[in-house]
Amino acid sequence: MNIKNFPVKLTAISGAMPAWHGTVSAQNLHSVCAKIKEDGGHLVALWGTDERQNKGGFALHLALASHPGLICLTLPITESAPEYPAPEYPAIDDLFPVATRMQRALYDLLGIRAQGSSDQRPWLRHDAWPDDVFPLRKDVDGKAGYPAGRDNYPFVQVTGNGVHEIAVGPVHAGIIEPGHFRFSVVGERVLRLEERLGYTHKGIEKLAESMSITEATKLAGRVSGDSTVAYAWAYAMAVEGIANCTPPSRALWLRALLLERERIANHLGDLGYLGNDVALAFGFSQFWSLKEEWLRTQQRLFGHRYLMDCIIPGGVRGDVDTAGIASLLEEADMLEQQVKKLQDIYHEHAGVQDRFLSTGRVTPALAAQLGLSGLAGRASAQAWDLRAQYPTAPYNQLEVHMATQRNGDVAARVTVRFDEIYESLRLIRLILARLPDGETLQEIPPLPDNSFSIGWVEGWRGEVLIALHTGAGGTIHRLHPHDPSWQNWPLLEHAIIGNIVPDFPLINKSFNLSYSGQDL
Amino acid sequence: MHKILFQILRTGIKTEQPPQANPEYRTPDAQQLHEKILDCLGRALVIRHVDAGSCNGCELEIHALNTPQYNIEGLGIKFAASPRHADMLLVTGPVSRHMEEALKRTYDAMPEPKLVVAVGDCGCNGGIFGESYATCGRVANIIPVDVAVPGCPPTPTQLLQGIVTAVGKA
Repeated sequence: MNIKNFPVKLTAISGAMPAWHGTVSAQNLHSVCAKIKEDGGHLVALWGTDERQNKGGFALHLALASHPGLICLTLPITESAPEYPAPEYPAIDDLFPVATRMQRALYDLLGIRAQGSSDQRPWLRHDAWPDDVFPLRKDVDGKAGYPAGRDNYPFVQVTGNGVHEIAVGPVHAGIIEPGHFRFSVVGERVLRLEERLGYTHKGIEKLAESMSITEATKLAGRVSGDSTVAYAWAYAMAVEGIANCTPPSRALWLRALLLERERIANHLGDLGYLGNDVALAFGFSQFWSLKEEWLRTQQRLFGHRYLMDCIIPGGVRGDVDTAGIASLLEEADMLEQQVKKLQDIYHEHAGVQDRFLSTGRVTPALAAQLGLSGLAGRASAQAWDLRAQYPTAPYNQLEVHMATQRNGDVAARVTVRFDEIYESLRLIRLILARLPDGETLQEIPPLPDNSFSIGWVEGWRGEVLIALHTGAGGTIHRLHPHDPSWQNWPLLEHAIIGNIVPDFPLINKSFNLSYSGQDL
Repeated sequence: MHKILFQILRTGIKTEQPPQANPEYRTPDAQQLHEKILDCLGRALVIRHVDAGSCNGCELEIHALNTPQYNIEGLGIKFAASPRHADMLLVTGPVSRHMEEALKRTYDAMPEPKLVVAVGDCGCNGGIFGESYATCGRVANIIPVDVAVPGCPPTPTQLLQGIVTAVGKA
């Protein structure tokens, strides 16, 4: 696809990532999206803004990944006439099934409806606010609470001889985030799983609009705690894009160091739990012991076990000295050695392989059709990795090798994690060897009014996107964080079909999706 | 099998001493940890965790309590799947309005006497999320809290100290 021949006029968005912006009409929205899809693109995020105090009406925004980069489309929506219940836009979930939940969430929060979508049930709204209140509208006070309503969610019923339901959650048996899973089963076999999320909805997007650019840095780092580095970088990238400035080189290299360390920390934790979930407690002890040492190094050198608040607009807080670099290199060697030993053990363990292989399979065809992304996507042959495809500094000097598998089962997602640990260790060594000298932070000038930019970062789970719109005085008009879990939760419903109920925790863990990141 | 055994031998024992008392949590001497648990709960403290709306940062640190370094089960403390088996409720997050009912029901399902530890800045005071149309703020706004452990997220050591402090009050 060529940006110049694109059906609508595109202008480049200032920022580190290759990204363009265009305005579409309700008439051509569908054909433009179809064109991007035909060319192998996918939907990254869908959100809306209340423009009644500015240009009037509302606006729908889409971010679509295509081969040249990210294409952001805006569809202005006029305010509805009194006889119509809500402003509308043409639904796109027929083209991109992952849009369904995003469209439902958009209606819950902003009151603009996807016309023509077959699923109009609420998604993020349960009973905390009435169905005629839309918290993201500018005339709604985000601080006001409402009396609890009645929550009666219409789950899809499966009927038939011997079919029964197992309802799980929102409080789960383990140390996990809350969500509800409704299984329809015959005997041990799962016929259908329906997820219901939104339990951890904290009003992050509304809260951001009451914050300064600096305050929202901390908030962005807490959309999903396990991906704090990816979110903080994405947020910083969006702010720097609007400010039209590039942080010092050393800061960018340090950001990549932190991002790769976050990836390794999470992969170690998951590999431990995946062992634990197939009754190999040895795996948990070994991997989590390694993870704990890894976190302690982060505390010692960067001041936080999970690297929260290390990345800020303009650069990074803190720096590493020569002694720190030496200890990081030594640690990388030690970790590689240990992980290889453990991989060997997992690989040779008949019980582990029996549980991993062919469990929770998402075929490449299904993954492509439904838009599986990130780590889980790469385990089902969806070869997208922002670090390899749109390498920003320093990745443009590191030649990231993307890890992919075709089997799409738990075993494939395990293998991708192992491969990514080795690749991240290789990147860490390169980064430490070639870390440029200089400053790590530069001042960000006040942001211009009514601007827009995006941050788009390959976190450990997948593509994390931050869309930032400024309003009058360079304040936050709208902040939309998008977690890759939006893409992958629906696929989990498919991965479990035909598997037995006791394999659900294992399959779920092999995806390890964020609740907080998608509940917002 | 021999590789697993060799790896276990090579790894050795990673478990560290339980944390020293933190005056801020009014914790008795760490040496008394075992005694206290023995006295109050017959050697076994069972914890039920509820995420009432956290960003999942606190969960990472609660998981870490199970690492060989902290070896929480070695101290006679374990996590249970059901509130009916629990002596203590460990609650993370600002309580989202969508989790308010589930948190109350979990608390009600626990047998008496019961302890509640609110975890993290959000659990202590609502944290960065505060109170809004979507959140009720701190855990104490919804259920009685015995001990609140600050931090974003609190370290496993701080969590362990908070747990010990709560047991001390029982």
